[in-house]
Amino acid sequence: MTALAICGGRLIDPTAGIDEPKDILINDGRVAEITAAGKLKRTNGTEMLDATGLVVAPGLIDMHVHLREPGQGYKETIATGTAAAAAGGYTSVAAMPNTTPVNDSPEITRWMQQPERGASVRVFPIAAATRGSKGDAITDYASLKSAGAVAVSDDGRPILKDSTMHEALAAAARVGLTLIQHAEDTRLTQGASMNLGPVSFKLGLRGMPAEAESSLVERDIRMVAEMRDAHPHLHVAHISTAAALAAVRQARRNGLRVTCEVAPHHFLLTEEHVGLYNTHAKMNPPLRSAADRDALIEGILDGVVDAIATDHAPHAQHEKEIEFDRAPCGIIGLETALGLSLRWLHQEWKLPLGRVLSLLSAQPAALLGLKGRGTLAVGSFADVVVFDVKQKWTYRAAESRSKAKNTPFDGWPMLGKVCWTISEGRIAYAAAPKS
Amino acid sequence: MNQLASVPRRSFTTPPAPVSPFPYHPGSLLSVLDLTVEGVSRLLARATALENENPLERDRILAKRRIALLFYESSTRTRTSFELASKALGADTALVSSLSSSIEKGESLKDTGLTLRALGAEAIILRHNYSGAPWLLEEATRRPVINAGDGMHEHPTQALLDLRTILQHLRPAVTEVGPETLAGVTVTIVGDILHSRVARSNMLLLPRLGARVLLCGPEKLLPELAARSGPGIEIERDFDAAMRQSQVVMMLRIQAERLAGMQLDLEEYKAGYQLTGQRLAAHAPKAVVLHPGPIIRGLELTAGVADGPQSAILQQVTNGVAIRMAVMERALTAENGGRA
Repeated sequence: MTALAICGGRLIDPTAGIDEPKDILINDGRVAEITAAGKLKRTNGTEMLDATGLVVAPGLIDMHVHLREPGQGYKETIATGTAAAAAGGYTSVAAMPNTTPVNDSPEITRWMQQPERGASVRVFPIAAATRGSKGDAITDYASLKSAGAVAVSDDGRPILKDSTMHEALAAAARVGLTLIQHAEDTRLTQGASMNLGPVSFKLGLRGMPAEAESSLVERDIRMVAEMRDAHPHLHVAHISTAAALAAVRQARRNGLRVTCEVAPHHFLLTEEHVGLYNTHAKMNPPLRSAADRDALIEGILDGVVDAIATDHAPHAQHEKEIEFDRAPCGIIGLETALGLSLRWLHQEWKLPLGRVLSLLSAQPAALLGLKGRGTLAVGSFADVVVFDVKQKWTYRAAESRSKAKNTPFDGWPMLGKVCWTISEGRIAYAAAPKS
Repeated sequence: MNQLASVPRRSFTTPPAPVSPFPYHPGSLLSVLDLTVEGVSRLLARATALENENPLERDRILAKRRIALLFYESSTRTRTSFELASKALGADTALVSSLSSSIEKGESLKDTGLTLRALGAEAIILRHNYSGAPWLLEEATRRPVINAGDGMHEHPTQALLDLRTILQHLRPAVTEVGPETLAGVTVTIVGDILHSRVARSNMLLLPRLGARVLLCGPEKLLPELAARSGPGIEIERDFDAAMRQSQVVMMLRIQAERLAGMQLDLEEYKAGYQLTGQRLAAHAPKAVVLHPGPIIRGLELTAGVADGPQSAILQQVTNGVAIRMAVMERALTAENGGRA
């Protein structure tokens, strides 16, 4: 592999505490050298990227995506999903196991990581926490971990049974894996398709109460507290309610290892965005009330939220062009997360750039235990995003690299355009040159 | 929770919800909110005019225009009155019902709509078991779509015919309605509000003409947040107290098909909310009794009340034809700068 130099950019590496102009030399997929800007010695055969005026940061890490393979390639493939990831500045994505069949085995976990899948960036499988994600018998966490799984979860199918959840937390703690819970007491959400509130009543749709999320988060936290000596790590996926976030906040004060992620659509949109049955505003957890949304923003700003994750959930067009109640949940998000985070978290709500980037890379890397990622310290993987933090642009879903176009953000203004995404030293995405 | 209180609460400026592009077609009637008060007034006036018009003249208004009735749920009153109304204006109608069509084979609503359009349907009247289906159909076909009841959501022509019935009893001299026409009138809607599209359309329509809407029913069938659907809507759970304030009492059927596992003690329900002759005489001896049908005698109301002098239930049915003539005329003439 040829060497690559990224010169003249503003390096922001929150973990290393760096925010200044630097040159970076990449060799053999790793960060080989960092020098003051203009000080890097040119050697023959080194490809040079001129990053003058651009931000250079650790590649983004999305700890919650659905790549739909194996089994649902008509929605998305590992190749198309990771192409979208690269275009969005991501160098690592953690893929949820609700595939067909469910990824509950080392074989599927390995299959997803094979070069034949054509991934543009690194894929880290999250394996099912129970066999078939049925919520009964737990899977073999040790062998899943050695096959490359970075966490276990039954995403989309919460673990309701106390005994199973207890067993899963204990087993995950023993092998040092994070247990990710999609917190939804499905006994309270039967037939529901949006948040329970005045909007759902008015639209004649059955609603999911906030308690369906918060009560399960509270149950899980009680369990983690009881098992304190085993040090389990519970991660709450796509947290969406003020009450659940308050429970996480309290758990952290009590010294428990409980973390959470928020999706951009939950910190930007509310149940009002369902409008007149827009299926691109149908997701699970649903878009919540304005008070919930405000609590999530507050939680991001004050640090109780550990990561921004997209819950990238591609669906074919015909699947969303049906009655709201029957449409599948979820939206794509890999190409909009950075632009929305910079436009709103940074520009509008004044979250420092380093903190935004940390939520998008260093922190998820730490949550999943991805060594040598989420930082650009010498010796780490050369996973880099180079972007123009000042450039405004408009997102067009039709131009998405994802197979799917299901997004409520079509036509939205974005801030911060990705110029290059470099995955382990290889250019995975390069923006079309400005004309 | 204490920890909630300890977090400083702020509110943030965030992107507003996009402006609705609906209705795409000016002839569509998806929700009562698609109509201005003037639009409602015009429809009521046209209903009366069309009702009184010579049938041979009326027959030319929509002569040979093609109207499809697309029904995913069973219906007696709504379907028949839409059909009679369309035919009274001279239109050709075709009925497609889910149980005897390709819908059974899995054809989507979008494809069914496009097929009807290709067959020459100029307007589609849709009854659907899912809330919001008419919006999907209108977006797909861009033809006038008339919502003949969508899930638990709305049934706009029912609210219009209910309004016409109320006016006939309480404001017989009024020929044009406005925001104050029903000032001082309280309409109580009783029973299974949660699952009722009739209740939703009425509670969104009647207050815009000055009426006060009281919702009455047990918590299970009437959540508190129903009162937040719009202005002029209140909850009174005591049926007798609600009746004492009302000039109109609208009874609803318990929608067994939408209860979704909800357990309901029918004897308890009847004790609290059944409209009996005794109750009516004691608390609302002059009120007009409405019911959108189908009625279940002996459950939400007694046979004596249904057949009694205060009942306007069959008058509502009759009004359905007049209102739907006006709605179909609007549907197929609106694009040429039509009457509504």
